[in-house]
Amino acid sequence: MAHFKDHIPSSEITPKDIFLNRRSFMAAAGGTLAAASMGLSPKQLHAAQIDGTLPATRNKDFSVDVTPTAKNIISTYNNYYEFGTDKSSPSRYAERLVTRPWTVEVTGEVETPRIFDIDDLLKLPLQERVYRFRCVEAWSMVVPWIGFEFRELAKLVNPTSKAKYVEFTTVVQKENMTGLRYPIIDWPYKEGLRIDEAMHPLTLLTVGLYGDLLPNQNGAPIRLIVPWKYGFKGAKSIVRIAFVEKQPKTSWVEIQPQEYGFYANVNPAVSHPRWSQQYERALPNLFASQPTLPFNGYADQVASLYTGMDLSKYY
Amino acid sequence: MKKPDIIGVTKPVVFLLALLPALKLATELISAFYFQAPLDLGANPAQTIEHITGDWCINFLMLTLLITPARRLTHWNWLIRYRRMFGLFAFFYGVLHILAYLAFDKVFRFNDIIQDIFQRPYITVGMAALLLMLPLAITSTRGWIRRLGKQWTNLHKLVYVSATLGVVHYWWLVKRDITWPLIYALILFILLGSRFWFHLHKASRKQQ
Repeated sequence: MAHFKDHIPSSEITPKDIFLNRRSFMAAAGGTLAAASMGLSPKQLHAAQIDGTLPATRNKDFSVDVTPTAKNIISTYNNYYEFGTDKSSPSRYAERLVTRPWTVEVTGEVETPRIFDIDDLLKLPLQERVYRFRCVEAWSMVVPWIGFEFRELAKLVNPTSKAKYVEFTTVVQKENMTGLRYPIIDWPYKEGLRIDEAMHPLTLLTVGLYGDLLPNQNGAPIRLIVPWKYGFKGAKSIVRIAFVEKQPKTSWVEIQPQEYGFYANVNPAVSHPRWSQQYERALPNLFASQPTLPFNGYADQVASLYTGMDLSKYY
Repeated sequence: MKKPDIIGVTKPVVFLLALLPALKLATELISAFYFQAPLDLGANPAQTIEHITGDWCINFLMLTLLITPARRLTHWNWLIRYRRMFGLFAFFYGVLHILAYLAFDKVFRFNDIIQDIFQRPYITVGMAALLLMLPLAITSTRGWIRRLGKQWTNLHKLVYVSATLGVVHYWWLVKRDITWPLIYALILFILLGSRFWFHLHKASRKQQ
């Protein structure tokens, strides 16, 4: 149990001023090309893949005004059990994940089921959003994600009136994911949302982080981010999205229904059997002294989705 | 007598080795608080500290319980001279472990702590494990051993309960991957089982 291995040289932490400068530069650069549709031209996309950057303008209306957590913390402290259950394992082993070629099958209760190539999805209007990220384990980060709204994708397949839920499936790469040897989850990892949750403008299909393509350990090449829910709702490395009529079976609910609910909305009033959810540790702080906010601070935008629901029952 | 001399030299060395994890944490914290240097303990330093102290608490508990069966097996009686030291190190790391929890996880919020103890069984058994070690640590001195006589041996059998609760605490706290709790449970099973076996054996020998 080599805990000392989780070691982060201080040199890797981007000083805030440098990061902020880079941000404003990129915002300026992004602004020119994003004026109309915000889409990336194939040329820009090509550039993105060569130099590892992913230009996108920050959407301030959908961003919190908080300094993001350092990138090396976001990318070395991950729950991605396909690469091991230690928080540091994904950053050590996820380089084995093969992210090209990559397709995302969008299917189910839709008029036009399609299989998208990841590089085509990267041409959708990308934007940067600084979201709070709250793990059910009572730690939190602030992350500058890059992505597009889930509803943009939905538009391309035309969900039918039968589409009441959406199911997300993570990739299974047996040769590359050492964690799959252990039957701790009925692989593949699955998550799901109610259709109105999925179509909410905050729900982001995420392809980038800190101005770059998503690191593998953070769920490359495409993952789900639902900022008002606990982090485990954000399925990583998605290969399949299905619009379905019935509430899908999701991984953590299948394993431990008494601990994890389908909704998993961040809620300081609903205590978890393992963690009181009243406070959180904003990494890398030592002290768990930050009060947790209802819906992770997004109550104004999303509380209305749950009117009339007993949130202590539908946790 | 050659062996005691060797132990006179090795014991301080073992003591310093046993202290290393705590020294590492202390230097990290001192440099963080006094020199504003970033902690070199990963993305979640508090959790790293809790894991290191918890791991060493349980490691030393296992080492303490290993002494007697190892002596019986090898007849190296000098091993007994390490038992108290290992037991006290288990207690020491247990205290650091709970202090880290109280300070970093709970920030000494009293109600929150009480709630944890009553609502979260892994906290309850963890606390119990450490509390049971307290009388053992107190009565570990030569004076108490003399004063308690035979009672001392009986009292110190509490370490079996403490170690068991420690493993249960570990088992209950992990989310999904029980590899390490399982390893400790197996070690504990062997250590306690060997005692059971020894006494059965002794009883049958007496009958003959």
